[in-house]
Amino acid sequence: MTIKNFYNEMKDEAGQVRPHYASYAAWLSEMPEERLAQKRAEADALFHRHGITFAVYGEGAGTERLIPFDIIPRIIPAAEWKTLESGLRQRVKALNLFIHDIYHGQDILKAGHIPPDQVLNNAQYRRVMQGVDVPRGIYAHIAGVDVVRAGAGEYYVLEDNLRVPSGVSYMMENRKMMMRLFPRLFSRYRVAPVDRYPDMLLNMLRSVAPTGVTDPTVVVLTPGAYNSAYFEHAFLAQQMGVELVEGQDMFVKDEQVFMRTTQGPQRVDVIYRRVDDDFLDPLAFRPDSVLGVPGILGAYQAGRVTLSNAIGSGVADDKSIYPYVPEMVRFYLGEEPILHNVPTYMCRKKDDLAYVLEHLAELVVKEVHGAGGYGMLVGPASTKAEVEAFREVLIKHPERYIAQPTLALSACPTFVESGVAPRHIDLRPFVLSGEEIQLVAGGLTRVALRDGSLVVNSSQGGGTKDTWVLEA
Amino acid sequence: MLSRTADHLYWMARYMERAENIARILDVNHRMSMMPQSRIQEEQAWGATLRIMGLEAAFHQRYAEITPDNVLEFMIFDQDNHSSIRNCLRAARENAHAVRGTLTSELWETTNGTWLKMRDFTPEAFADAGAGEFFEWVKYRSHLSRGVTIGTMLQDEALRFIRIGTFLERADNTARILDVKYQLLLPAGEVEGGAADYYQWSALLRSVSAFEVYRKVYRDLITPARVAELLLLRVDMPRSLARCMKEVYTNLQRVRNAQSAETERQAGELEATLRFGRIDDIVRGGLHNYVIRMLARTQELGNRIADDFLVPVS
Repeated sequence: MTIKNFYNEMKDEAGQVRPHYASYAAWLSEMPEERLAQKRAEADALFHRHGITFAVYGEGAGTERLIPFDIIPRIIPAAEWKTLESGLRQRVKALNLFIHDIYHGQDILKAGHIPPDQVLNNAQYRRVMQGVDVPRGIYAHIAGVDVVRAGAGEYYVLEDNLRVPSGVSYMMENRKMMMRLFPRLFSRYRVAPVDRYPDMLLNMLRSVAPTGVTDPTVVVLTPGAYNSAYFEHAFLAQQMGVELVEGQDMFVKDEQVFMRTTQGPQRVDVIYRRVDDDFLDPLAFRPDSVLGVPGILGAYQAGRVTLSNAIGSGVADDKSIYPYVPEMVRFYLGEEPILHNVPTYMCRKKDDLAYVLEHLAELVVKEVHGAGGYGMLVGPASTKAEVEAFREVLIKHPERYIAQPTLALSACPTFVESGVAPRHIDLRPFVLSGEEIQLVAGGLTRVALRDGSLVVNSSQGGGTKDTWVLEA
Repeated sequence: MLSRTADHLYWMARYMERAENIARILDVNHRMSMMPQSRIQEEQAWGATLRIMGLEAAFHQRYAEITPDNVLEFMIFDQDNHSSIRNCLRAARENAHAVRGTLTSELWETTNGTWLKMRDFTPEAFADAGAGEFFEWVKYRSHLSRGVTIGTMLQDEALRFIRIGTFLERADNTARILDVKYQLLLPAGEVEGGAADYYQWSALLRSVSAFEVYRKVYRDLITPARVAELLLLRVDMPRSLARCMKEVYTNLQRVRNAQSAETERQAGELEATLRFGRIDDIVRGGLHNYVIRMLARTQELGNRIADDFLVPVS
């Protein structure tokens, strides 16, 4: 599939280099391709030696791979970032108000803005959270919002990831790698630093400790060394200087969480958990989970420990709720949304389904509860047979799917086998909500390395780039 | 520190140390096999190697006869032999991976790099060049890992548990090497303490980097009793039991907790037994019996440390 009319990050319609890329383009044109190839090989070797890898499921335990790293940065001008940043703050603020509302008065449902069964029968809605107060009323402390550029360059939000968004370690490691490979490039540009993130994260986590705790003990909870994002869990714990714990390291006594240490039990106050809701407490959720801590839900409901993100946050990032986010911004904040949503057809609606079935070959159809680029159909990139096969599934279970127009994602020059060529990209900035809402100027840029591909997920052959937000 | 973290650090160090000691034992045999010796002697020497690690039965399940190639393949590459050098380096790396945030990046990269490189070695590649270079490499990586540990790690609990793991493993390995070789090399009926085969005993000394040390300390002929004294009782000999136990005891004192008093006492007692022991008494009572008792006490100490600080051995 060839996407036409996409926004090119580096060049305008007339083929002229955009001003913020001018200096880079000049540098690149003087760079022989062998030298680029050599730099890329150097980067791969370094990532391997540092063990910056992700585990691949279904390829035998302990299979680790590199996420391909592209050495050409994605550059965002200061003014553009400013708008993006205000839009993200606004959106995450509204999402947190929404989650709080859903687990308390449910005003937005009473006002008729969202059909109640969409929320209350959602698999991500947690009845156990009804009426539970969480510190500062904040649920999604860490949000990874996926943003794409389409059309003439406008930004659209594709997805709000409010459960356990990952990728921030690559944002930081990619920058470190670029500085190591091309130190002199950084004298040509004033690139906003991203290395404050762990500090901001730790401060945020401490700011949402249970009331009355003055010097909170923060930990990172990981499913273990074979989890695909284990590198990130270890990285963040180390950068924050806190313990990286597994479920088996903790226990609950008298509604208080403790970890087993060489000096005896130690109290735990804030848990940055990288384990899904379902696995957190075998007594409350999946009884077969060995990743969680028996009784932790009780301690949480009693307000004796903070879980970050809160249990039940997923109700707001579900694809079936996504279409209502602009409405949330208007309802809770009385403002117009700064960032656009992608127009979305909800297949459970009769009219929408009819439209989707008629235009299946042009649309992207996604599973409502899916993630990671699995179980979706990219119409224009699929064969007739694939489209027809999908049609049958869709007719059987329309409520499981939403559909969106195939966005012509913007493209950024990327160093691939055939040389430097444009490839489609997205962006995941990370928004922290505690005492205040904060984000570092940057994010993780993912790139679809195959020519014409729109799927940027690392599990589907996507790579990453360093993201440069320029200082004004 | 998390008990599980301490456990991983301790085992990371033990496996690295074990890999080094196995490389040393194999290296000595490898060198000896270049000297004129009978088929029986050769087989005995390689069989002893398996006995040192308690792997005779496991070996015979997989191989029909003891040949240098078979033993080398089993002890270096075998995926089912949990003490093969490959598996030791892998286990060291897996333990390090589980606590990589607790290690300095230099130590993590060293351990990870050792494993990545290990995957490049194959039995076929040894056919021409021999395994000698490989054993040098393993020793070198172990030295490197120890140097990076001491040179970069904060002197806190993490370092203590790494050191305890290193020295407990080394005590165990040294005791085993001495025991098996002593029985093998001391011909029946010969009075202990008499002169023995120079090459064999010097090879044993070399396997624990003690040949030059022996010369320096005794300035005399190599006798079995002196070799035993050097490897058991000399506190200034870095691979002796006395030195290992001194290190274990010192490090244990620095991590003590509410329930570790008895463990600490036993470590101190063991250390004192070695410090005040006399080789004449040990030889008179039978060296083998003495070493067996020491091995049992070392193992008991390891279990107690696991119960008090780490993830208990269930």
